[in-house]
Amino acid sequence: MARTVTSQRKALTTAAAWIVGLLIFFPILWTILTSFKTEAQAIASPPIFLNFDWTLENYAIVQDRSDYMRFLWNSIIIAGGSTLLGVIIAVPAAWSMAFVPSKRTKDILLWMLSTKMLPAVGVLYPIYLLFIKLGLLDTRTGLVIVLMLINLPIIVWMLYTYFREIPGEILEAARMDGATLKEEILYVLTPMAIPGIASTILLNFILAWNEAFWTLNLTAAKAGPLTAFIASYSSPEGLFYAKLSAASTMAIAPILILGWFSQKQLVRGLTFGAVK
Amino acid sequence: MSIKNTLRAATALSLISAGSVFADGHATTITIATVNNGDMVRMQGYTDKFTEETGIQVDWVTLEENVLRQRVTTDITAKGGQFDIMTIGMYETPIWGANGWLVPLDDLSAEYDADDILPAMRGGLSHDGTMYAAPFYGESSMIMYRTDLMEAAGLEMPDAPTWEFVASAARAMTDKDNEIYGICLRGKAGWGENVAFLTATSNAFGARWFDEDWNAQFDGDAWSNTLNFYIELMNDAGPPGASNNGFNENLSLFQQGKCGMWIDATVAASFVTNPADSTVADKVGFALAPDTGLGKRGNWLWAWALAIPAGTNKEAEAKQFIEWATSKDYIELVAANEGWANVPPGARTSLYENPNYASVPFAEMTLKSILSADPINPTIDPVPYVGVQFVAIPEFAGIATEVGQEFSAALAGQQTAEEALAKAQALTNDAMEAAGYR
Repeated sequence: MARTVTSQRKALTTAAAWIVGLLIFFPILWTILTSFKTEAQAIASPPIFLNFDWTLENYAIVQDRSDYMRFLWNSIIIAGGSTLLGVIIAVPAAWSMAFVPSKRTKDILLWMLSTKMLPAVGVLYPIYLLFIKLGLLDTRTGLVIVLMLINLPIIVWMLYTYFREIPGEILEAARMDGATLKEEILYVLTPMAIPGIASTILLNFILAWNEAFWTLNLTAAKAGPLTAFIASYSSPEGLFYAKLSAASTMAIAPILILGWFSQKQLVRGLTFGAVK
Repeated sequence: MSIKNTLRAATALSLISAGSVFADGHATTITIATVNNGDMVRMQGYTDKFTEETGIQVDWVTLEENVLRQRVTTDITAKGGQFDIMTIGMYETPIWGANGWLVPLDDLSAEYDADDILPAMRGGLSHDGTMYAAPFYGESSMIMYRTDLMEAAGLEMPDAPTWEFVASAARAMTDKDNEIYGICLRGKAGWGENVAFLTATSNAFGARWFDEDWNAQFDGDAWSNTLNFYIELMNDAGPPGASNNGFNENLSLFQQGKCGMWIDATVAASFVTNPADSTVADKVGFALAPDTGLGKRGNWLWAWALAIPAGTNKEAEAKQFIEWATSKDYIELVAANEGWANVPPGARTSLYENPNYASVPFAEMTLKSILSADPINPTIDPVPYVGVQFVAIPEFAGIATEVGQEFSAALAGQQTAEEALAKAQALTNDAMEAAGYR
């Protein structure tokens, strides 16, 4: 009897998970489907789900009109660079907060997070003027720095949470064996926190990839990533839904594939330390 | 990483950066910020011709209209120098020109023939008589209607109808069971969406945004008549969910044969008559936007124009591009490759004198609509501002966005027209007081 209830509950939970999963995925699926329709089919009412003449015309037009590879390369450099730089800075910061906390560590953590509470547009002009002075407008270097700074609080918080799960005694033992601070962090702490670091890197890579305020406002013709590529197909006066969907599909494809292959690490990292 | 390796990496990076600087040094490249619409995208496709003729390379930054507005405003106010040419509209041009943010376009070549630009366009893109942006294409608004549905209703659309006729025709054409709605109008909130339409319409009803002392006028009968007329008409003959409909939604409805009439931008005429996208392409007629017999029509005036931000160090090259893109020759180039229906409309007088263009079904009505719009004297009673469907002051976009939300909520039935107007009156006066106008 108990086994029946358990299996019924399991089936229900599985069904509920699938429904929620499909609901979340549906807008992406719809975008992908729309990208294979003509503009007239894209706006048809009632909407056409699968019964349409599939066409690659939108992809051909988008490819012809925009230099997709340049936008893709910019996205990879900006998202990858900002994430790596963030992790390099955050690992020692999180180490000190997790293993040698001071009285103010909690306050510092909260203060770091408070920077995320300010609307980005509130600091647009100061940052824009700073970028003009430093010659960083429309450069990948500038965006790497800005996105790193934006995501740094999250990186530090995530790493701090993972590091707290690692017993300090192990690091003490390493120190007793004569390990320097650098060796302790590089050869003892980092390998133990690999799942946490990997999921932090993945999550921040995705956040940086999707960031669409700074990447639109600080770029022009050279450093624009895929967010700028998508924005160039949106229009309030003219129907470009199918082309916009093709551009969106091309922009999210790399990150979807990356997420698909690394879902194990992502889930493991995100649930790491969740149950104590 | 050792110091040696760090130095090697830094040297390599510097050499790569230097290399790209030298590579760029051979040809002048201008950067143009533009909007994503059919005519602008078409222009990008012909950029190679311009480069062939002049040797000047062009980098394009294409953005959605509102994103572009924010992006170029940030750059021009902060003197970022990211763009050598900006695509801006009739709202921004006189304000930015007055602020000294744009290069005057008063020394264009004789061949360019600046006098050929339609006077209404030139006037709207000037400040104190100096033109600050050259129109790439211009538009007004007009009625696009289904000739078959009009005939079935036993009516004939005059060239210059009244709102009374339009309303009765809309009700007669409506067949909600078969998803045919007599009239499709903008209802989506936004200063460029429902406010543009309602401001232009209110001019025909004798309303105005401000009196000569910048006092809001939403508490008068004229605005009450405008908004109540619009809401009643949309409730009787409009599509469901009209408060979410902007240009694209109505275009989609019209192309699918669900609207009897649609009053919107004249550029839509080429979309609704294109058989590739429109199911009613061969059943569309055109008429002037309606009036109420008071002396003003409810049609607006707009242009997407090319302007040069002050401070660019490529002013000469930017002017060369503007002369090329807004020239008579460019129109000929597009006509030769893509047909006369696809040339950028509404900018030059000579286009409407061209017999080839006269055969385009919407050409005559587009010109009549543009010529009948008067941005300098847009209303029946005098006003202290310029603009038919907007008020050319920097504060307008912010105020009108909020007013548009109130109007949209009234159309959705969330409040009465009177409540919406009372809120619009209060918020407009507050904002104008805060800005120092009152």
